Amino acid sequence: MSQQQLIEAMSTIKEKEALAIAQDMVTQGADPFSILDACKQAMAIVGDNFAKGVYFLPELVMAGQILMQISDLIKPLLKEASTSKESLGRVVVGTVEGDIHDIGKDIVVLMLEVNGFEVRDLGIDVPAAKFVEAVREFEPQVVALSGFLTVAFDNMKKTVEALKEAGLRDKVKIQIGGGQIDEEIRRYTGADDYGLDAMEAVSYAKKVVSGGLQ
Amino acid sequence: MSKSPEEFFAEKEARVNTAIALGVPDRVPVTCMTGFFPAYYAKVSLREVMYDADKMIAAWTKTLQDFDFDTADNPFMIRFLGAIMEALDYKQLKWAGHGVDEMSGYQFVEGEYMKPEEYDDFIFDPTDFMIRRYWPRIFGALAPLAELPPLSEIITYSMGLGNFAALAAPGMREVGQALIKAAEAGQQMAKNAGQFAGVIKAMGFPSTYQGFTQAPFDTLSDYFRGTLGGMMDMFRHADKLMAATEKMLPIMLRLGLSTKKRGGTKVFIPLHKGLDGFMSNDQFKRFYWPSLKALMEGLIAEGLIPVVLWEGECTSRLEIIGDIPAGKAVYHFERTDIFKAKEIIGDRVCLKGNVPLSLMVTGTPDDVRAYCKKLIDVVGKGGGFILDAAAPADDAKPENLQAMIQAAKDYGRYA
Repeated sequence: MSQQQLIEAMSTIKEKEALAIAQDMVTQGADPFSILDACKQAMAIVGDNFAKGVYFLPELVMAGQILMQISDLIKPLLKEASTSKESLGRVVVGTVEGDIHDIGKDIVVLMLEVNGFEVRDLGIDVPAAKFVEAVREFEPQVVALSGFLTVAFDNMKKTVEALKEAGLRDKVKIQIGGGQIDEEIRRYTGADDYGLDAMEAVSYAKKVVSGGLQ
Repeated sequence: MSKSPEEFFAEKEARVNTAIALGVPDRVPVTCMTGFFPAYYAKVSLREVMYDADKMIAAWTKTLQDFDFDTADNPFMIRFLGAIMEALDYKQLKWAGHGVDEMSGYQFVEGEYMKPEEYDDFIFDPTDFMIRRYWPRIFGALAPLAELPPLSEIITYSMGLGNFAALAAPGMREVGQALIKAAEAGQQMAKNAGQFAGVIKAMGFPSTYQGFTQAPFDTLSDYFRGTLGGMMDMFRHADKLMAATEKMLPIMLRLGLSTKKRGGTKVFIPLHKGLDGFMSNDQFKRFYWPSLKALMEGLIAEGLIPVVLWEGECTSRLEIIGDIPAGKAVYHFERTDIFKAKEIIGDRVCLKGNVPLSLMVTGTPDDVRAYCKKLIDVVGKGGGFILDAAAPADDAKPENLQAMIQAAKDYGRYA
């Protein structure tokens, strides 16, 4: 069984097939990193198809499920080596205070991670002070604020202001997303950008770390 | 000479119904899915209105006195649930003062309330599954029902009378007490709902809708399998998902048809999981649309009017969703390109919407007026259009709501 077959099965969301191929590769003693690498390539294809409007959330979710199961399969083989991986950059993600929605945020976290970002996920209903603390400690290049409800507008604004008061505003780019978010709300909250889906979170973070946005 | 409430009622009702029938009324009707807006407007907390009927009635009445909508929302059946949910220890929602602060609206607690391996039980007997498996999970106070034997085995003297013994199991007395408490709270809610329906009518407003149902796929995905479960089932359990959706259809249809018994005609159907992004058009055509279409046709066949709220966006589905009887339904759009909808399905279905909440909450009355004028000029052309906010107005600025109403009056005259 080859890397190419795994990429093919995973990127076309054939769960059973992908898992069987990965299992075969493990049994045949394949390098676990070559399996991981195949997963990464498959996820890139999935992300690309999502951006093109060929795939939608169900495919992203299923690809994430396949990835998770394969990771569990090869984790015992990876032990020490995994920490040395270079990261593309750091992103702090969270759903702002007053809002408990997590599905969109979780997909953003997944897609950022498979695209090589180190992510600190603060969870849901996150007070502004917690974002400030995380930015101070983790020193991300991007802060991604999620919110589905209209109450999130004010709490996103509060979070942006809290970062400003803490003297951290010019150290990070802030992107918002979710529910009713649009350009109007971006302006209102003082964020730098808004995204409509998980791939826009990835492309924005890439732009920021590559210095494409100054 | 001012008009009587009866005259206002007749005028507004005709305006709205003409638009629904794709005709040209005297002017573009304007209404507002107010959500919890009246509480914000009357400066009472959401918690107060959810538990205190007098405060709810006062806030909603004040709103109707000050805002000249063409239809009015009756909030009781969906927003006066505090006492019932508390009696049952309801787990699927956080509400004002119960898990979220006093000014927060509802927040749904996502979960897998039915496991994928339970599909067969649901398909075999949905009611049994709900009473003995689902209710114990969503109502803390009904957890002991999980121990009951199947009630359908209580048939006659020789079959099942002994099963009543299960009602003496530990905790069952408390279940009975909780149900009685919920029943009393439910009676109170129904009484208040009737009372407020009278207030609305006496003030000269037709009500926006009088019944509620959901797309079969949504009911399964929202409340049973969870959003992610519903998505994964399209790959892992496609046949069972379809079978369960078919099983859910007559249940949702019966629920919608109950509107007729109450003397109503308009059935509100908010949609969630079939929107752009949540599935492909192929998945939509296979898993979501057939049962939704059958639901709408079933309601229409009985003379009812589905008022469908397409939450989020469904611009990519416009070619598909126009396939219903013409002039018999309302499609309320949130982020869908309503201008494109006018072109593609404007001759089939009355369009409603869609002043963005971002504009309503953070914009100025001038912004709102300009947006409404564009909607009226383009989407309102030739009738078949109702002006409304894109989503529940909740904390919209009152002056922006007024600007929306005024825009319908200033720019929306057909004659």
